[in-house]
Amino acid sequence: MSQIDEAPVEVPQRSAEDDRVEDRPWVVIVWNDPINLMSYVTLVLQKLFGYSRSKATRLMLQVHNEGKAVVSSGTREKAELDVSRLHAHGLWATMQQD
Amino acid sequence: MRRGITRRRDGTYRVDLPEEERSVLASLPDQLRDALDAGEPTLYRLFPPAHAADEAANEEWARLVGPGLLDGKLRALAELQRTAHATSLDEEELGAWLGALESLRLVLGTQLDVTEEYDAFAKNDPDAPRHALYAWLSWLQEEVVQALAASLPEPRSNADA
Repeated sequence: MSQIDEAPVEVPQRSAEDDRVEDRPWVVIVWNDPINLMSYVTLVLQKLFGYSRSKATRLMLQVHNEGKAVVSSGTREKAELDVSRLHAHGLWATMQQD
Repeated sequence: MRRGITRRRDGTYRVDLPEEERSVLASLPDQLRDALDAGEPTLYRLFPPAHAADEAANEEWARLVGPGLLDGKLRALAELQRTAHATSLDEEELGAWLGALESLRLVLGTQLDVTEEYDAFAKNDPDAPRHALYAWLSWLQEEVVQALAASLPEPRSNADA
């Protein structure tokens, strides 16, 4: 869509050995911050994850009111990709094993 | 004509800003690039850690992901500078404005120590011009967000599960 969307972001590659011991899903968390506009966070969640406006708004409000929200989950590779895309859009995101 | 950014029916965006504001916009990318070259500590907000409590993983993250992240932000800043005086933008160009404004606000907001209870117009602040700049950047980013949000398709219901 936009140029920043398409910026090639290199994602760390995991070896097969890493994967063997890590079957539990990873979750991606967006943390509240005082700078990002609420409307911007909603837009980014819609664009990156294809969420409807209502789902993206619900997650944004959870970040705003509770300090954080899980916005996606999956394999470690998927979580790394999602975190890198969120960072490319300026959101404060981390990943952890569920 | 309405001041700000408006989506046209043909999918392009009309940018209605006074010339003096465009000049400010064109000058900001150089300032941020200088800050990046100098490695100012307030830039940490542009490159967050990926793990809440794993320093080794974060070092690997910064090494592998950091250069691409920086490159994307620099390209958005260059695009903003190139198109700061344009009266019409396509979606990709406006997307670059969104990214560049995001970087500029993150760094300026960090420098100004913006909090949830932030008031850009608090009286007697010696940093008043920079607070006014921050407030203006926030207004402009909101304009870009609203213009781009109007073009987003709603997904089918199964994408919302």
